Amino acid sequence: MSFVNKLNKIKQERDFEALVELIPYAKFIGVETSLVGDNIVSGLRFMECNIGNPALPALHGGVIAGFMENAALLHLIWQVELINIPKIVDFSIDYLRPGLAATTYSSCDIIRLGKRVALCNITAWQTDRSKPIAQARGHFLLSENKPL
Amino acid sequence: MSEGSLLERIAQTPHGRRLNLQLTSTEETSVTLKLPFSQNIIGDPIKKLVHSGAVTTLIDTACGAAIFHAQKSLQAMATLDLRVEHLTIAQSGQDIFAYADCYHLTHTIAFVRVTAYTDDINKPIATATATFMRSTKKFPIQ
Repeated sequence: MSFVNKLNKIKQERDFEALVELIPYAKFIGVETSLVGDNIVSGLRFMECNIGNPALPALHGGVIAGFMENAALLHLIWQVELINIPKIVDFSIDYLRPGLAATTYSSCDIIRLGKRVALCNITAWQTDRSKPIAQARGHFLLSENKPL
Repeated sequence: MSEGSLLERIAQTPHGRRLNLQLTSTEETSVTLKLPFSQNIIGDPIKKLVHSGAVTTLIDTACGAAIFHAQKSLQAMATLDLRVEHLTIAQSGQDIFAYADCYHLTHTIAFVRVTAYTDDINKPIATATATFMRSTKKFPIQ
């Protein structure tokens, strides 16, 4: 079974946990998913090994970014009829507050869904949704990368 | 302790250790860090490709190391923003390097450019720019 077919089967069965099982890096950093309505929502449980600054302690900025990239990827996989696996083109993140030793949550909005590319906005927060720790945006390629 | 061995420890934060990040070289205001390939950082389980998030962490850490090196001290910094362009995907099994250059420092802000590559820095897999807020606090490296 091709990867896209496998993903479509997972979507059909609404098996949101199986999706994370497929992605070693997501498991590695502690991503957990849940279903809220028709949306797949990503959380990141706190783990000592995700710390970047031991003094605060604060999560590594790279982990926060990786978590948010992955959240956008899962959101697109869940929401969009897949032809290919969405491929990240660019990603831009603004850090607003330190990520403390707590679970991190994310929400993702598809700003523009074209035939070939999608633009997503992602927000991450911990205890208070009105105090996000980071916001990000990224483009994802949906079509194949072949000559025009 | 020499600056070189201090810099090596910058990759040794808990998450840096987990990814096994290693400092491979330094120049005047720049450093190169290595992210060894491992099964843990795979994003595409069929083609066994590295997840973009691990590349972002390599890049962010390389930025921090370049700033330490350029400012010649271990004063901490906080990432303000980071933008990564993913030019192509690293072939499976290959280690990824990030060359980060802290090309400008003001009293308060550090500006960094990064090139990530596998074999040849002239054929990058990703490029990035980042700005950091500088601080007077010391970064906690034992």
